[in-house]
Amino acid sequence: MISAFIRTAIPLGVPLLYGSTGEIITEKSGHLNLGIPGIMYVGSIGGVIGAFLYENACGNVLENMNPFLTIFIPLICSLLGSILMGLIYSFLTVTLRANQNVTGLALTTFGIGIGNFFGGSLSKLVNSDMPNIILTKTSSLYRTSLPFADKLGWFGEIFLSHDFLTYFSVIVALVAAFVLNRTRVGLNLRAVGENPATADAAGINVTRYKYISTCIGSAIAGLGGLQYVMAYANGVWSNNAFGDRGWMAIALVIFALWKPNMAILGSFLFGALCNVNNYLTGLGTATQELFKMLPYVVTLVVLIITSMRKKREHQPPQSLGLPYFREER
Amino acid sequence: MADKTAQKVHREPWLHIAKRSEIPGWQAWLIRLAAILIAFVLVGIISSLLTGEGIGEVYGIMIRGVFGRLFEGQFSAKMMWRFLQSTAILLCLSLAVTPAFKMKFWNCGAEGQALIGGLVAMICMMNLSGLPYWLLLVVIVVTSTLAGAVWGLIPALFKAQYGTNETLFTLMMNYVATQITAYYVYLVGKGSGTINPVDTGNLPVLFGAPYLLNILIVAILTVALFIYLKNSKQGYEITVVGESQNTARYIGINVKKVIIRTMMISGALCGVAGMLLVAGTNHSVNTNTVGGQGFTAIMVSWLGQFNAFIMAGMAALIVFLKSGAAKVADTFFLNSSYADIVSGIVILFLVGCEFFIRYTVKIRRNKKEETV
Repeated sequence: MISAFIRTAIPLGVPLLYGSTGEIITEKSGHLNLGIPGIMYVGSIGGVIGAFLYENACGNVLENMNPFLTIFIPLICSLLGSILMGLIYSFLTVTLRANQNVTGLALTTFGIGIGNFFGGSLSKLVNSDMPNIILTKTSSLYRTSLPFADKLGWFGEIFLSHDFLTYFSVIVALVAAFVLNRTRVGLNLRAVGENPATADAAGINVTRYKYISTCIGSAIAGLGGLQYVMAYANGVWSNNAFGDRGWMAIALVIFALWKPNMAILGSFLFGALCNVNNYLTGLGTATQELFKMLPYVVTLVVLIITSMRKKREHQPPQSLGLPYFREER
Repeated sequence: MADKTAQKVHREPWLHIAKRSEIPGWQAWLIRLAAILIAFVLVGIISSLLTGEGIGEVYGIMIRGVFGRLFEGQFSAKMMWRFLQSTAILLCLSLAVTPAFKMKFWNCGAEGQALIGGLVAMICMMNLSGLPYWLLLVVIVVTSTLAGAVWGLIPALFKAQYGTNETLFTLMMNYVATQITAYYVYLVGKGSGTINPVDTGNLPVLFGAPYLLNILIVAILTVALFIYLKNSKQGYEITVVGESQNTARYIGINVKKVIIRTMMISGALCGVAGMLLVAGTNHSVNTNTVGGQGFTAIMVSWLGQFNAFIMAGMAALIVFLKSGAAKVADTFFLNSSYADIVSGIVILFLVGCEFFIRYTVKIRRNKKEETV
């Protein structure tokens, strides 16, 4: 039972890990991107549209589908969608210096709208016979787990039975941690987030760093949406099913104290917290709903504790949320 | 964009951004109007691509969907009331977050504060039906306002004491409120997940118009908040704390007290909105009672420059777009989330156009230097 609990908790944590890694990279450049929930929806629906069109083009027959393209097309569509959202966000907040909170919230409304709209109307728009979007063929490829998974007992169940995007999420977080803390690019990025004026004076191209980090962050967050719909939800899109995972990912950034490697731990812990209510069926629906509160309460506690301790290395980037205008000093 | 090319030593940037001095109000509004118009054209083009109808026809459907056949001389009072009611609720939430925003306290928790107010109103309506009607109303108004205020107070206390990030704190409080509501709904609804509307403790219906009282209450709140922010001592303190906390401390304002007091007002107004939704509109509660309007309200408040009357106009614009786009989607069997796309586009344009109000873009005309 314990190994089953852990095995089901891990997929719940993966979208959170992608989302929080992406948000950490963005926040390190000084931008609080509240558009992440919307961006994750767009990443999700981007993959769905790509897969839907490709499956239709192949006549919905598995034999006609090229395995590489089946993986590759949704992936590219998902990345394109989320990068486009990242570009909108960075154009508004970096170039036009718009308020980050308002832009982010508007982008979330917009992104969730796009996700649900295309999810609900795609079949109608392309005059397909399928009333619902069920992409089992694409999903089956996305869900390919490592070999030997079912032969190694609990070890295989916990560590080897997952899809490739799950392992990729951990790799992305580790690479992000390495780049942020061990390379010159990471140092420059952190400088931009702490004090853009100083970074500018040191010859760092502040605008470029902000744009690139926001777009990379969005792309990574969008993968979380793709993983959710293709691997966790078996390729079935239903509106609002992705829920508030995007907000939880933003909360995780605080939980992880702006460190991607901490986000790995945090997101799987959150996955477990989200999973608890599924294992408490004896308590009845009402009490189960109360247990769904757990991840948010834990975040609140972490938020309060970190602000009380005021450790220097645990603080958000200093200029987080502030626009930078060179001539305004 | 100027920053990008500025680094190359031998080339002058061809674009140059400079801060504008204050421009007259009518010019600023002309820019905003232009942004809305461009957004409307874009929305029209997207709509006609999706539906295959002309832009004019799409907007015709939108107007008919919100106001009825207004131009054909068939005035639909029912639709008008519904439009005013939706605008009033959105405006009430926008009013609620405004004092906090003016203080640069990012209250993203209007959703939860309103929901908890509505939930408390519902609990009163279900359990205190034995009270005299007037007393029940008083209890509902007082408790739901207090519930909202408490929900706003919690993040404010931690912000004032420890500087805890309020954006994320209030965001998380939304979900705590949602889950408490879900708990109550499943508890009372016996697992069905819905509570049937109750007829005790409903707000009175004035002159046979079901939403008139809601609208009047919000209208009074609009005027009151405008005066409070503009002409009261507390409103002044809010402005000073928002501009600079150091200045506020220097002139002897108790910053912590102002933060806590303002957030209680903000939460209390959200609680009122929740009460209007439950006791005045739905007579029932579920996790979707506020339905994301708490987030839309943040944008409305910001787009309205924190001015209560401009916010009323913005709220009306957003409600028109949302219900109009929902009607378009309904007509052509598309998903109703089309409304979110449309309002998202218009809001993004309005947010972006502020740049052209605060800055000017100067283009270098000297071609000789460009080719160097």
